[in-house]
Amino acid sequence: MTTAAFMILLAGTVGAYLLNRHAAEQIRNRGARLHSLAGFHGLYGALLVAVPTLVVVLVWLLVEGAVIDRLVMSGLPAAALDGLGAGERQLILSEITQLAGGRQFGQPQPWVLEAAARMVRLRLASDVLLVATVLALGGGMAVLAWRRVSPDFRARQQAERIVNGLMVFCSTIAIFTTVGIVASLVFETGRFLAMIPWTEFLLGTRWEPQMAIRADQIAAQGSFGVIPVFLGTMVITVVALVVAVPVGLFSAIYLNEFASPRTRRMVKPVLEILAGVPTVVYGFFAVLTIAPALREFGAATGLPIAPNTALAAGLVMGVMLIPFISSFTDDALTAVPRSLRDGALALGATRAETVMNVLFPAAIPGIVGGILLAVSRAVGETMIVVMAAGLIAKLTLNPLDSVTTVTVQIVTLLIGDTAFDSPKTLAAFALGMLLFVVTLAINVLALRIVRKYREIYD
Amino acid sequence: MTDFRAEHRAIDWASGEIGARIRRRNRAQLRLRLVGMAAIGFAFAMLATLVGSLLWTGTRAFRQTHVAIEVHYDAGILNPDNLQRGNYRAILGATMQALFPDLPDSALRKATAILSNGAQFMVRDRIVADPALLGQRISLRVPVSDPYDQLHKGLIDRETPEEFRRLKDDEIALWDRLEAAGAVSAPLNWGLITNADSRFPELAGLRGALMGSFWALLTCFVLSFPIGIGAAIYLEEFAPKNRTSDFIEVNINNLAAVPSVVFGLLGLAVFLNWLGLPRSAPFVGGMVLALMTLPTIIIATRAALKAVPPSIREAALGLGASRQQVVFHHVLPLAMPGILTGTIIGLAQALGETAPLLLIGMNAFVTAAPGSPFDPSTALPTQIFIWADSPERGFVSRTSAAILVLLMFLVAMNALAIYLRNRFERKW
Amino acid sequence: MNRAAAPVTPAVLATVKIQARGVQVFYGAAHALKDVSIDILDRTVTAFIGPSGCGKSTFLRCLNRMNDTIEIARVEGTILLDGQDIHDSGVDPVQLRARVGMVFQKPNPFPKSIYDNVAYGPRIHGLARNKAELDAVVERSLRRAALWNEVKDRLASPGTGLSGGQQQRLCIARAVATSPEVLLMDEPCSALDPIATAQVEELIDELRSQFSVVIVTHSMQQAARVSQKTAFFHLGHLVEYGDTEQIFTIPRDPRTESYISGKIG
Repeated sequence: MTTAAFMILLAGTVGAYLLNRHAAEQIRNRGARLHSLAGFHGLYGALLVAVPTLVVVLVWLLVEGAVIDRLVMSGLPAAALDGLGAGERQLILSEITQLAGGRQFGQPQPWVLEAAARMVRLRLASDVLLVATVLALGGGMAVLAWRRVSPDFRARQQAERIVNGLMVFCSTIAIFTTVGIVASLVFETGRFLAMIPWTEFLLGTRWEPQMAIRADQIAAQGSFGVIPVFLGTMVITVVALVVAVPVGLFSAIYLNEFASPRTRRMVKPVLEILAGVPTVVYGFFAVLTIAPALREFGAATGLPIAPNTALAAGLVMGVMLIPFISSFTDDALTAVPRSLRDGALALGATRAETVMNVLFPAAIPGIVGGILLAVSRAVGETMIVVMAAGLIAKLTLNPLDSVTTVTVQIVTLLIGDTAFDSPKTLAAFALGMLLFVVTLAINVLALRIVRKYREIYD
Repeated sequence: MTDFRAEHRAIDWASGEIGARIRRRNRAQLRLRLVGMAAIGFAFAMLATLVGSLLWTGTRAFRQTHVAIEVHYDAGILNPDNLQRGNYRAILGATMQALFPDLPDSALRKATAILSNGAQFMVRDRIVADPALLGQRISLRVPVSDPYDQLHKGLIDRETPEEFRRLKDDEIALWDRLEAAGAVSAPLNWGLITNADSRFPELAGLRGALMGSFWALLTCFVLSFPIGIGAAIYLEEFAPKNRTSDFIEVNINNLAAVPSVVFGLLGLAVFLNWLGLPRSAPFVGGMVLALMTLPTIIIATRAALKAVPPSIREAALGLGASRQQVVFHHVLPLAMPGILTGTIIGLAQALGETAPLLLIGMNAFVTAAPGSPFDPSTALPTQIFIWADSPERGFVSRTSAAILVLLMFLVAMNALAIYLRNRFERKW
Repeated sequence: MNRAAAPVTPAVLATVKIQARGVQVFYGAAHALKDVSIDILDRTVTAFIGPSGCGKSTFLRCLNRMNDTIEIARVEGTILLDGQDIHDSGVDPVQLRARVGMVFQKPNPFPKSIYDNVAYGPRIHGLARNKAELDAVVERSLRRAALWNEVKDRLASPGTGLSGGQQQRLCIARAVATSPEVLLMDEPCSALDPIATAQVEELIDELRSQFSVVIVTHSMQQAARVSQKTAFFHLGHLVEYGDTEQIFTIPRDPRTESYISGKIG
């Protein structure tokens, strides 16, 4: 039925286009001068039909499921839902949905069967209603557009106004996305902070979110102190930077100052490949190759290297960040005016001295901006740490130990079933809020530094 | 000004002291060069290790060990009216019995365990498709279970003491008899692409993941491409320079740097929880990916529009074209190659994105490929994550193989982008 | 000065500082300088004049091998400094550039303090044994560049904060701090106002007492004011070279004449 709605929409749009164009052509053929070309009359008709109808269809489809679910649930006998938690309501709803989809397991209770039948009826009604609405709205708009066709009607301006409106809408999607992110994070974090005081969240030193969801489960009393998680994130970020910053800096310096153009042409794209490898691949690489190698190294040297050591995740994350640092360094070094380089060389400085004493200090703001962006990447990076770092939050700064990160906790708390009323689930959103704020702050700072630096030499 | 002229100090550039200093400075320069080369060498070595270890483990999964068996569809075991629910385990038992007539019943289970768990379904599907086979004997090649696959590929060391070995001596002896009889083969593993996911590594394939990624990317493209171009055209060509458009611009730049997992949280809270869209659906994944890809496309499109020289716009305006006609008739077509290049690169990034898909449940265990973007499914990267997390040894090489498939797609997409850029790029 | 390495007759050496023979420069496929031969004298200001793109700056950059730093540039021919080939494998370009200093068209102070700008050359070449000596070198160089009185109270402030003319004199101080034997100046006044230009020209005249100065200039008045010798370049050729007075009054080549009288350029 949804397909039918879309087909009607398409047909209506094409129909309105042809109808209006034909009407305009007829006016012209009778000898009148049209303000706008016939094609614009057609375009106006098509847009007038397509835009509002499409909006209605999409909104309908987005809310249809939720509305039907709510209607079905509210129609259940009051006794069936008495004293049930949200998780159990969810289970009942999914059983009804399964039944309505024709998949029956075991012998459901009669009221469930009845609810499933009602769900089927509601869905059918909704579909019919949708098609009817599309027909009525599309037809109405087509007639409206057709009646406006006249020699004086400024179809081009009107059509262009609609197109302009569409483009404005497109560019506000970015704002809607930000609003959506902020709203969902703030809303769920608010619910979390209603259960756990913010002092405990921000200042607590124990993170043990695996609390009991149901009364009969055996689990520790949850505690939600974010400090050890944050510390773990920092440990891994530092390890990553210790790898990426020197390697990235020195490769950029070598490529910029010493390598022949041919070497540069060959090496640069290979470094860029490191940036294009999906992070899930890096995560597997850490688990498959780096972590076992580190374990063997630990066994051989007697170093107490934990199986999920922060070193493995940090090292691999560092490799991922190398092209990031090197390309920012490269940009910053190239942005230093050639006259400074010439000035140093003409004094008899070697190339190395020119880079280290003159170019590098001049490029430092740009490089620092790049490193800050890399920090924000490292803090927000998820898959490498989910696969290679630990799950248990420990209050430690030792990179040989196993630590956990903000992103690891977000994923592990939300993977699998999620009930939106448990502090365990909501804690993930609080962590997400923290992550969003921290990375945003770093990014804004970094972009400001980089931009200031560019202004100096432009 | 004459007082300092006498102080002009001649410097003896040929002196030993200066010479030694020059040599020292040149050595310092050499050191910097060497450190730079070492840094590049490190990056290259890591990349080589990454690719090398994936190839080393992954290529093994491109072959799957099979064993040829002769199946007797025994009319005494099967019920012709309900072939779907026959006791095919017993049929396979009888088959192995025939292969190893000397085995006692107690050892027969070990012999049957050589065959993959999926063998009974393959045997079943064959006769369900052709009921005339009842009572007949046919030859079949079925995959072997994971330990024997590993044994055949040399991944289980026969020298390891028995108690640490996954296959015991008697099991290896059975296998050797099969091999001696010429029943074992290792053909190309098409199942890797044609099968959907499975708990058994020897049967697990990427079909579901590939279809899931396809639907998700299609959704992502359909949403982000027109919206991205619309937004870029408005911001670049029409938007008045005021605080609103500045705000939108800052917004887009910041969105490009928001961690991907936060987009996952957005998808979970808004699309799944508030709007009640289906969990694990590629359509929802595609919507989240579209939001992430949008900044990339907008930024690339604006750059491409900016590269079109103003003289073209002026020429068209001078002919009396409206500003929208200028853009849609002249500027946009000229900018298209750049836009497409940026879009493909954005889609390639989206294809490798994992974290947001995990949060909206695209790591579900689904044994059927999705038929529409609304069916639950995995995607390539999440499938890699699931397999990497699986304890069975056989999944290690499958994971690497899946990564190789993913990288192949990424290489192809980037190659296409580079080709488009080189082929259509215009220097004004 | 100890010049044991130069086995050339002392009579010639007394006056000729740089001998160039058959110098050709290619930028990629472009032939920028064609077969230039010239003798540049010691303790003399030599001006290179000619229309833009005539190769005068290119030739100037050959004299301290700055063209080495441009990847596509290729230099042929011989250039002798005190009788020694500067392209000889035994000559380190780094050392050569300390002996042949250079001042550029646009002032290019390093983003460091005034003191550090001047001290940079002596520091890397190890020309001062201690802080006191370095201080003395810095002061001497700034005095020589006629900048000392203006900046002596703010040696620690950044060199980029000075006015354009001051910046250029700082660059000259920086160049003379390594006690070079030849000073190359590539249109040193093109970015300066008339007052600053007059100061720099006065300075050039002072510097002649110890250095061989080679100056590239667009302005013929400047060449006439500061130089004793003038070379006229046109389309990559050295057209005419002689005493400044002779070039400006009775040029031998018709191309020189038309340039001087304003017909080309």
